[in-house]
Amino acid sequence: MATTAKTRVIPAGLSREQLHEIYYYLRLTRSLEERLRNLYRQGKVIGGLYSSLGQEGESVASAYALAEGDILSPLIRNLGAMLVKGAKPVEVLRQYMAKATSPTAGREMNIHFNDLRLGFLGQISHLGDMVPVMAGIALSFRLRREPRVGLVYVGDGATSTGAFHEGVNFAAVQRVPLVVIVEHNGYAYSTPTSRQTAVERLADKARAYGIPGRTVDGNDVLAVYEATKHAVERARAGEGVTLLELVTYRRRGHAEHDDQRYQPREEIAAWEGRDPIERYTRQLRDNAWIDDAGIAAIDDRVSEELDRAVADSENDPVAAPDTVLRSVYLDPPAADVLWFRRRDA
Amino acid sequence: MPEVTYLEALRQGMLEEMERDESVFILGEDIGAYGGAFKVTDGFLDRFGPSRVIDTPISEAAIVGAAAGAAHMGLRPIAEMQFIDFISCAYDMLTNYVATARYRAGLATPIVVRGPSGGYVRGGPFHSQMPEAAFFHTPGLKLVAPATARDAKGLIKAAIRDDDPVIYFEHKFLYRRIKEDLPEGEEILTPIGKARMAREGTDLTIVTWSALVWKALEAAEQVAKEDRAEIEVLDLRTLLPMDDEAIMSSTKKTNRVLIVHEDTRTGGLAGEITARINESAFEWLDAPVRRVTAHDTPIPYAPTLEDYVLPQTADIVSAARRLLAY
Ligand SMILES: Cc1ncc(C[n+]2csc(CCOP(=O)(O)OP(=O)(O)O)c2C)c(N)n1
Repeated sequence: MATTAKTRVIPAGLSREQLHEIYYYLRLTRSLEERLRNLYRQGKVIGGLYSSLGQEGESVASAYALAEGDILSPLIRNLGAMLVKGAKPVEVLRQYMAKATSPTAGREMNIHFNDLRLGFLGQISHLGDMVPVMAGIALSFRLRREPRVGLVYVGDGATSTGAFHEGVNFAAVQRVPLVVIVEHNGYAYSTPTSRQTAVERLADKARAYGIPGRTVDGNDVLAVYEATKHAVERARAGEGVTLLELVTYRRRGHAEHDDQRYQPREEIAAWEGRDPIERYTRQLRDNAWIDDAGIAAIDDRVSEELDRAVADSENDPVAAPDTVLRSVYLDPPAADVLWFRRRDA
Repeated sequence: MPEVTYLEALRQGMLEEMERDESVFILGEDIGAYGGAFKVTDGFLDRFGPSRVIDTPISEAAIVGAAAGAAHMGLRPIAEMQFIDFISCAYDMLTNYVATARYRAGLATPIVVRGPSGGYVRGGPFHSQMPEAAFFHTPGLKLVAPATARDAKGLIKAAIRDDDPVIYFEHKFLYRRIKEDLPEGEEILTPIGKARMAREGTDLTIVTWSALVWKALEAAEQVAKEDRAEIEVLDLRTLLPMDDEAIMSSTKKTNRVLIVHEDTRTGGLAGEITARINESAFEWLDAPVRRVTAHDTPIPYAPTLEDYVLPQTADIVSAARRLLAY
């Protein structure tokens, strides 16, 4: 390649292929959400639609810093992290459309699903609850002397919950191999961070738990990767919990129905100018880590994969109630059909 | 007379009480500038200012605990849960601290904890709950669950004025679907502890509340038309303390009782109501007391699944027919 002369050394020990893969996941996340928005407008999404526009960088890069066998727990804006861990777009589409073929067979919504084998745990809505659970997953790694690491995402808002506090404290004092990522995106629903917490930097909270805390530019993909990698290695080496505050911005409303009138237009515009994907792409190009043809090839691949995923999900049957009473418990295997639905009762 | 939605009636009730009594204030997540996730408190911030309309961090235990502390000092807080499903985060505060305060310490805790409740909205397992039974078991709490716009207003006003803690379950399926003419200028106060006769009948009593009052009424109309039987529908409105008198007097009138609620069967309120009827009116019964409830599962997301798990009008019709034929 003619451009190799300009090529600079890639930071953070990443290879060129890995850089391209990160770009692929960034693009996949954004494009999948665009497809979902179209389906939402067509009335095909049941319930709400959540967007991570402008936050894909931190979500993808932090998850990318994990190894096989590590487990993360995403929140509603961590579609990118789940894709990195192997969740498939077709699964996400089926979830949002409540299809029988979805990973939860229509029981749960949006990206509330899990695959512990691939390395992601399904969230519940109650904010903060995943932190103690991830502390326990990390505790299991330590008890079994497995060189595995857990990573849990919370929003700025969720740091106000009791569960967050108890979970981080528990993890810190037990020195479990856990990375706590606080995505500081400026708002919790309509509430700006200034009304959520009196600390300047959310990373400052780490001090109260006796763990290191760091603030990182969440829209700088490579910086997020590097910081997370460091925290993951620390955890793997038995040095305990790290809290990373990734500063980013929620460019769409809390969910699709939200008109975000409380977010100043200029503020949104300013953050559009700091788009993590554009920034990363520029970085790749400027350093000749990729060329235009390389980008186009990845974009095309994403587009084709999503065409297929939409086609493979859109016309799937809706969830049917025949199994809805099953697996509340392992034993008994199904809840009773109530008397008024039975002929014999 | 202006036609008012259930949601608007609730709003008006809070507005009137905040106008009437300076000690009433409201706190919760996104309730101020944003006006609440369902716009129940839209405009409150402009009207009463940030000291009486308080946007809080995402901290349900602190919201309820702080409300309790302020209430001890003579204020009358309304604590909003963004969805009632998140009241579980304040369960300890409500059942241990708040509910026992009067009994153990002689402390008045006049708080109202309210929030959008219930299913039929495709909200999935964590935005569809009707967690009445979790609190029904706790002496010291009062529980109300209005079905009509009039009671949405009357019960919130009564709850705010009540000297004991009240959990107010407002049904989000009813918010904008239920409308009623409510006279302006009339003070609407629904007494806590008193049921409402929603439909008179002679052949069977349905005891129910909240959104299922409307399904029960639908079922009653269908049965009247197709079976020539008249169902009485008793809307409890207050779940704790329960209006035993209304339940027994209707039981003695119709001699058949069906209890209908949207919470799950096991440990649901229907069990307690059945026991009370057995204790107080057994010899008046011509048929066993039966119940139509949700199935014993979490509430699933897909419309087909949610509709299966939750009780529907057709279920009430079928249950009523079987009881009538007993
Ligand atoms: C315990 C609890 N209370 C309230 C809610 C309702 N709720 C859902 S998302 C949200 C805001 C979350 O903000 P943040 O944690 O900053 O994450 P972000 O949406 O900004 O990614 C709120 C209040 C909830 N899910 N859980």
